[in-house]
Amino acid sequence: MIWLDTLVQGILLGGLYALFAAGLSLVFGIMRLVNLAHGDMIVFAAFAILLITQTLGLHPFLAALIAAPVMFALGWALQRFVLNRVLGKDILPPLLVTFGLSVALQNGLLQGFSADSQRLAAGPLESASVDLGLVTVGWMPLLTFATAIAVIVGLNQIFYRTALGRAFRATSDDPVTASLMGIAPKGVFALATGLAMVVVTIAALYLGMRSNFDPSIGPARLIYAFEAVIIGGLGSLWGTLAGGVIIGVAQTFGAAINPEWQILAGHLAFLVVLLLRPRGLFPRAVD
Amino acid sequence: MILTLTDVTKSFGALKVADGVSFSVPQGQALGIIGPNGAGKSTLFNLITGNIAPNSGRITFLGQDVTQRPAMARVRMGVGRSFQIPQPFEGLTVYENLAVAASFGQGRSEAAVTEDCIAILRDTELLRLANTQAGALSLLDRKRLELARAMATGPKLLLLDEIAGGLTEGECQALVATIKGLHARGMTIIWIEHVLHALTAVVERLLVLDFGKVIALGAPTEIMASKEVREIYLGMEA
Repeated sequence: MIWLDTLVQGILLGGLYALFAAGLSLVFGIMRLVNLAHGDMIVFAAFAILLITQTLGLHPFLAALIAAPVMFALGWALQRFVLNRVLGKDILPPLLVTFGLSVALQNGLLQGFSADSQRLAAGPLESASVDLGLVTVGWMPLLTFATAIAVIVGLNQIFYRTALGRAFRATSDDPVTASLMGIAPKGVFALATGLAMVVVTIAALYLGMRSNFDPSIGPARLIYAFEAVIIGGLGSLWGTLAGGVIIGVAQTFGAAINPEWQILAGHLAFLVVLLLRPRGLFPRAVD
Repeated sequence: MILTLTDVTKSFGALKVADGVSFSVPQGQALGIIGPNGAGKSTLFNLITGNIAPNSGRITFLGQDVTQRPAMARVRMGVGRSFQIPQPFEGLTVYENLAVAASFGQGRSEAAVTEDCIAILRDTELLRLANTQAGALSLLDRKRLELARAMATGPKLLLLDEIAGGLTEGECQALVATIKGLHARGMTIIWIEHVLHALTAVVERLLVLDFGKVIALGAPTEIMASKEVREIYLGMEA
């Protein structure tokens, strides 16, 4: 039973990693932009939610509702005024800019919030659990996983059922041709980054309620997100969920064998997938 | 005049790809453009659509100076274009390719453009492939999709870039018939083409381009009889 429990915990943990990865996958899929500051943006959003809970005395869920539109606006502006200027044939300039952003965010947060470890207080929800017969699972991991699925379903609905989604996909295929169809690629990119920041806010909400965070943990979240995206295959959101689950399961099994092996086991699982399926488990047909 | 270019010049480094190009296209006319490879024909289209900006000169469309306007704004004004090498959005279905072009090209909702898109798919014989991924189409169907997608943007001026190239004679005839039909209904067309008989079956005027310069402009029969054109373009001894 202990192994079944470990498996279920791992799958649910995968939901958190999928949340980390969904925003990264969205931005990369649409504009081929690798956002090295993605993890720091999650941490930034977590501090934003923390600030709102402290000043207004709100529950983190309500605070995230306020933070989400703010993050959307910040993402939109970041893309519109900074990242759009460096996007082009050369992939180095956007990498440098997002790397710089990562450093600036970490130090800015350190300055503003100190290096102290923080947590979003979710109340009784933190320790509540439900007995599913064979295993007992916490509400929080369950809710995280359900949210990851909801985010992916939502993003897929936007991609495949709306005019904006078709514009995302058309621009992702070929921005020059898209502009000849009357689509403004830079405007589409700005909306995409804004949307990614909403997903980042959701990821931050669960990160902050489930574990401690401080200004320095962004890069490690970026690595998990990257691994989930690459395991799943670039461009597939359901693949990203599968990638998150694989890392999550590997980590919980690693930890069950020896607590020191948790992180290592996740990275090893990533390496194994890369060796066997270099393009990921669910690569896009056309790429 | 629906389109007027006045002394348009564009250089890539030392290479002049458009050298003082001036011409106008009246409403409803079909103008053919011919010239050797590298003469600057596709560049001319890129200048008209706004994908590249000229170094000097002026481009007016529907009486407005569009020289500095971005490509997207010109599409909305009514400049539609097909590419020499078909560039469908491969991850989208045939219908979605048109829906994107129609809704963003005309600034209308997707619901409002559905009927138009279906009509265009019927005209271009793509209706049966509406739900096929564009990446899976044959060359002829890709060319049809190029035309259909350009039509979906609701153009007042249609730019066709070597749309007949690479097709069999039968396929070419079918495409020419479709283009003739559009022109008969009043569409203004500028058509770059190496397949001369396809071109001359439709256009009323021919423009010859060489090294970025307009070297002849006139009725097709006149142009084809000109000694200079025959030497430069057809490589024939006069």
